[in-house]
Amino acid sequence: MKRVAIVGSGQTHHTGSRLDVNGPELINEAVIRALEDTGLKRKDIDGVLIGNMDHFEGVNGVELWSIDGNGGLMKPTIKMTTGGTTGSTLAIGGYHLVASGHFDRLLVIGWEKNSESDTTGAITTAFDPIWDRMVFAGAISGLAIDAMNYCHKFGVTPKDAARVVVRDRMNALKNPFAHVRKEITIEEVLRSPLIADPLRLWDMCPRTDGACAVIYASEDVAEKIAPKPTWILAAANRHPYSYVGDVECYPITSLYHASREAYAKAGIKEPLKEIDVMELYTPYSYANLSWIEALGLAKPGEGPKLVWDGATEMDGELPINPSGGVICTNPIGATGLIRAAECAGQISGKAGDHQVPGVKTALSTGFGGCFWSDILIYGEKKP
Amino acid sequence: MVKKNLNLLTLTNGESFQPFRYALGSAGARFFQELKDNNRFMGLRCAKCEKVYIPPRNVCGPCFEPLKDWVQVGPEGSIYSFTVLRFAFIDPETGEKKPVPYGYGFIRLDGASTNLQHFLELPKNGDLKIGMRVRPVFAKNAQGNMRDIVHFSVDGA
Amino acid sequence: MDKIAVIGVAQTPFSPNKSGETYADLAYEATTKALEDAGLAIADIGNIITTSNDFWDGRTISSMAVGDSAGAAYGEGKNISTVEGDGTLGAFYGMTRILSGSYESTLVLAHSKLSEGNNHLITNAFFDPTYERAIGMDSLTASALQAQSYYNRYKIPPRQSALAVVKNRANAIRNPNAHLQEELTIEDVLRSPQPAPPIHEMEIAPESDGAAALILTTESFAKKHGAKPVWIEGVSFCAEGHRLGERRLWESPALRQAAQKAYKMAGIDNPRKDIDVAEIYEACSYQELLWSEELGFCAQGQGGAFIESRATQLKGELPINPSGGCLSAHAIIVAGLVRIIEAVLQLRGEAVNQVEDAKRALAHGQYGLAGQSHCVWILGKN
Repeated sequence: MKRVAIVGSGQTHHTGSRLDVNGPELINEAVIRALEDTGLKRKDIDGVLIGNMDHFEGVNGVELWSIDGNGGLMKPTIKMTTGGTTGSTLAIGGYHLVASGHFDRLLVIGWEKNSESDTTGAITTAFDPIWDRMVFAGAISGLAIDAMNYCHKFGVTPKDAARVVVRDRMNALKNPFAHVRKEITIEEVLRSPLIADPLRLWDMCPRTDGACAVIYASEDVAEKIAPKPTWILAAANRHPYSYVGDVECYPITSLYHASREAYAKAGIKEPLKEIDVMELYTPYSYANLSWIEALGLAKPGEGPKLVWDGATEMDGELPINPSGGVICTNPIGATGLIRAAECAGQISGKAGDHQVPGVKTALSTGFGGCFWSDILIYGEKKP
Repeated sequence: MVKKNLNLLTLTNGESFQPFRYALGSAGARFFQELKDNNRFMGLRCAKCEKVYIPPRNVCGPCFEPLKDWVQVGPEGSIYSFTVLRFAFIDPETGEKKPVPYGYGFIRLDGASTNLQHFLELPKNGDLKIGMRVRPVFAKNAQGNMRDIVHFSVDGA
Repeated sequence: MDKIAVIGVAQTPFSPNKSGETYADLAYEATTKALEDAGLAIADIGNIITTSNDFWDGRTISSMAVGDSAGAAYGEGKNISTVEGDGTLGAFYGMTRILSGSYESTLVLAHSKLSEGNNHLITNAFFDPTYERAIGMDSLTASALQAQSYYNRYKIPPRQSALAVVKNRANAIRNPNAHLQEELTIEDVLRSPQPAPPIHEMEIAPESDGAAALILTTESFAKKHGAKPVWIEGVSFCAEGHRLGERRLWESPALRQAAQKAYKMAGIDNPRKDIDVAEIYEACSYQELLWSEELGFCAQGQGGAFIESRATQLKGELPINPSGGCLSAHAIIVAGLVRIIEAVLQLRGEAVNQVEDAKRALAHGQYGLAGQSHCVWILGKN
């Protein structure tokens, strides 16, 4: 049993369509940047863990197809995939694989080229072919239903949701890797076309091509590789539903239970006070209000107040999504892992223009499937 | 670096359609037979926690007990939550764009503990609201699948 | 490495078409049987790893279909994750989740139904979409290229590959879970049509439906629950290059490396002598010969002579695939996990074709075109 740290990472410049590279080449960009970030060479890497959502690129066995780009040639190479939670599944997988003592330096890669397929079609095929697929109303409908339920329960308004978009968009301006880097006003969000009530175009995440590579190291080598490794303090998840209709919208039970388990493991009692920054997989604006309630940052219905009060801004008590979050960048198979890379960047002081000062503890989440949640907590101190 | 005068190309590979024959399983087969022949909704109740599952399946997840007790639910129910789709996308089942706007919701059939998701007819007067009563509108030629129900409607419910 | 035990194993019977059962049905059957085998309830299980493939399941998040049936929703929910690949890789991740100190036990599940999709199209999707896919190749034609180059390189007569079919299908006669059970002669095999020369129809693993599960635990957990443990002594996996044209198809450097690392962990110097029984993943008959070489059971190029020597028969020096192997039941994804399960049954003394006094067993899984990726497990009784 080894303690595990993230010692470096690399991301592509995320954008809507990368026609200049194929999948393995896109992956390789992130891998090269991660190796450069750590000063490691491919030969130093003991194994490769990679993931994406198969039907977005239409390639079976992606870990084997992309082996020239992912660095896994003649190494242990393994794939994990769980839908939207794929990136966070990888982040948790990297932790377990290295903690087991089987790997000292593991390369973990999440990626997606959403531009290469029909995202809605691919997401629709995620659901049960007999019960759900024939009456499915697109990738957004389930999220809209969640948002509608939340608004109905607490009187939350579109303006509350738009406030979150303004925050994340502002943060993304300072992240050179973000996809959507354009300031927006509350009025502009509210004027954008209604897609699925109550969700408007700018309440939603974009479709992104991108890759992220993160290097995990065991306690035996981490401090030799990085001056300030980011230690993994806790990982937990819940994927409790198999059918869409089973989902109980509020609170999001998977995140509630996973976060309580992770808090207990990391010894956190008051997350708002004890955690310094969060990177949340919140693919639509309302999630940034209701899910922070599930995380225990605000009482039921009081998520909007926390956001309006400025607590989650860059200079607030608990900055959320300094990277600009998923509202600004969403290469699905990479998204959860980007959250981990961003948390590690914050703790190691390498986040650049979107650095939050003095981060000692960070938290990331992943979201996907049937309202499933993954969660990791990171710290500057070796556990 | 990409050369300035290079035309970037794509390869369209739409013929990689993968045909499938999905098993309905015994619970699914019974559900659709009842739906097709009798316009009746059947769910499975957990003997331990008494939750009634729609769609019916083999196991109660939270109790990890096999499900055996069939109970009739619906056909009416209420809207658990809903949305109105205003953006047309290609329906992967038909290859065509479904005309917008249309309603879609989680429907809690009377007597069920979980939701059935389906399309909602937009009411002739007023708006859809959470908690509204709905009734199913059945298709003329039932095939034994989810589209044996055209949609749920608030009118007349 | 801390000691990890396998304390529960289960498989569904494998058959060509379980059209009456959903993935969830198969998963629930395998999970409940494995719990029963271990004398545990789902409440005892620390976490769950499912193993599946979105292409074979015709579904983008294939794990979603089996979560409830694997215990993911039990109580307030359990930690769960999913490996896409052969079941041996799912088991590897399940093992590391215990070694990480996070859990005392892992349930590992794999499911697949080859009857629901089109295996040609699904494995065609393993090829590069830009350069290779339009040629129309699939897993079988990839294997045919490998067989051709292997036969050619070492002058292997087709008769020797056919021996693997004769042996495995006969072994399967006593295995109630097998999909194909038959008494065959070499001539029967060589007379069957050649859908992809040099491979004969009877030399191809069948397309099966089924599921399997096993339960891994720490030593103390195994003791506490009074289980019959089988111990993991070594395990490693490795993948080689993707493009068939750039590979030396008559060998498998990935398997060689995985085996050498697993042997080192288990303290094995002479695998032929130190291993009592092997369950290896042969998707086509020639692979049992070629993999035997790379596993170090015989010299390179000697795979044919090795099987001809009868060393791998039930009463031979190193019985291979006493269960009947993949040539007798082959649900891709599940097939490697079944190899581990059969090895465990041998070490418990509960196998259908029990190898006398088996103390140490090898289980092997593979994934990808012509065995691009391999995983090798060494299991021990003591």
